[in-house]
Amino acid sequence: MAEKNTIAEEFQETPPRVSEWRRFWRVFLQRKIVIFGMAVLLVLVIVAIFANLLAPYDPYRGEMADSLQQPNSTYWLGTDIQGRDTLSRLIFGTRTALMVGFVTVGIAAIIGFTLGLIAGYFGGIPSMIIMRIMDALMGFPMLILAMLLAAVLGGGIQNVIIALSIATVPAYARVMNGLTLSIRENDYILAERSMGADNLRIMLRHILPNALAPMIVLITLQLGGLIMAEAALSFLGIGIKPPGAAWGAMVNDGYRFLSMNPVLSFAPGIAIMLVVFAFNMVGDGLRDALDPRLRGIL
Amino acid sequence: MAELLQVNNLVTQFKTESGLVKAVDGVSYYIDEQEIVGLVGESGCGKSVSQLSVMQLISAPGEIAGGEVIFEGRDLLKYEANGPEMRSVRGAKIAMIFQEPMTSLNPVLTIGQQLTEMLQLHIKMDGDTARKRAIELMSMVGISGAEDRIDDYPHHFSGGMRQRVMIAMALSCNPRIIIADEPTTSLDVTTQAQLLELMKDMVQRFRTSLVIVTHNLGVVARYAQRIYIMYAGRIVESGTTKDIFINPRHPYTIGLLKCIPRLDAEEGTKLVPIEGLPPNLINMPATCAFLPRCSYRLERCAKEPWPPLTPVNGNHYIRCYADTKEKNK
Repeated sequence: MAEKNTIAEEFQETPPRVSEWRRFWRVFLQRKIVIFGMAVLLVLVIVAIFANLLAPYDPYRGEMADSLQQPNSTYWLGTDIQGRDTLSRLIFGTRTALMVGFVTVGIAAIIGFTLGLIAGYFGGIPSMIIMRIMDALMGFPMLILAMLLAAVLGGGIQNVIIALSIATVPAYARVMNGLTLSIRENDYILAERSMGADNLRIMLRHILPNALAPMIVLITLQLGGLIMAEAALSFLGIGIKPPGAAWGAMVNDGYRFLSMNPVLSFAPGIAIMLVVFAFNMVGDGLRDALDPRLRGIL
Repeated sequence: MAELLQVNNLVTQFKTESGLVKAVDGVSYYIDEQEIVGLVGESGCGKSVSQLSVMQLISAPGEIAGGEVIFEGRDLLKYEANGPEMRSVRGAKIAMIFQEPMTSLNPVLTIGQQLTEMLQLHIKMDGDTARKRAIELMSMVGISGAEDRIDDYPHHFSGGMRQRVMIAMALSCNPRIIIADEPTTSLDVTTQAQLLELMKDMVQRFRTSLVIVTHNLGVVARYAQRIYIMYAGRIVESGTTKDIFINPRHPYTIGLLKCIPRLDAEEGTKLVPIEGLPPNLINMPATCAFLPRCSYRLERCAKEPWPPLTPVNGNHYIRCYADTKEKNK
């Protein structure tokens, strides 16, 4: 064999090696809007992490004497009725919003993926039980369900996270279930079983990684929606409890003074819009970069 | 040489809405140590299902309804389908190579990750040793630059190369038997020849037995020592490769051989197809399943049940009443 192949080997050109990561970044950052989204998110994450250092004033306590100030050199975005600095509250609101978004997605994704994976892989009775419960939860619109749960549980950041997690789990479980159903029919799963892999190994090492790309896109797109939902709950007063800084609550605080001091509502409103927009753009970019159907074309 | 695997009266059926499909209906065969055996039949005759049944890889709505698979003195069918005993046989003792190399590798894991997985699972090798062994195996199956290519993903490989990887994976744990289920069907002819040659070399080197499942008699002619011909879920003829090719006795085998175009045939010679279609396996009659397509049929064929495999000459068995020998000449 060895001698026979030496000539053949000379003719076998090694294909140019393109790193998967480089390809990913090239496609991902192809569109300017995605770069913009990434930049916005990066700034917001930094703001959220260093909120203590960045906020010029205490976001929870203000000087009553400085109540409802227009933006000026002391208070860049003015103050609310209690004299609290809008900019400081906005900065701390970023922390709340991102925390609720990431923690909720984390919890909901772990639970949803596990349930969907189990239901899709084993089928039969486990699938029946899990998916019917998910269907029942999905019967409610996500926001209505979250409102219901938040109202029952009461406000506060923990309860908001719990309510939103329960409301989003079905979406993850359902998508994961569908992905698992199609992935497990692949030849390589049969091949893997023929080599003696057990169910757990097949689920975690072979099905999950194949489902990851679409799930990452789903997670990113959901993050925007979740931050929006948190803002809605806080706006309605069943979310983050006062004096906690939440964008939704700030919009609510400000809208009574809309004609007089529009910045109070507009600043958090624009922040919400910007975050949702950024997450959606990044989600789009990820989809383009991760969707295997587009591989080789771009 | 000693018998390594013995399959007795294997029955695998699928419960479908239109009835019970007996995909494998009382199949018996054996494989000796270091033997290459061919299992030939057309699509849907149960050849793949019989092999998946040996590995207990049949999933619902299919089920193994009876028979035994004796391997190393133990009946594999007694093991729980996904239990630890069965899993320790799969891959480690009996390995499989599948038809579609393009889809038989996990697209999101590197070749190395997939090759070392088995070594770590069955032989409990540590990561570094397994990686070295994987590179060794890759060069053995003729992948040049294995050190570089081990970190490539399956989509960097062509079909033939992927099938080489599959062969390396099958060999990795030094199995006793390799079952190759139409290993070359989806590859082009030049690659087919290379891979068959490679497989032959490898089974000799690793001292394993090889079962080649195929619909192509040409594939097994050169490599197999013995051949089983399957039709409608049963074995209809078995014998040495010489028996089958020089002196075929079952009408179906005769028909199959007449279908193969020959380069040395006289100009103008027509290929003789087997008339009709393979039978629907739902609710099969007890009579010979090949009867409607058979040109040798006798009156008793329609009246009496399908005969068992009967010896015609030494190790050569057929399942037929007709005396095909004379008509064939």
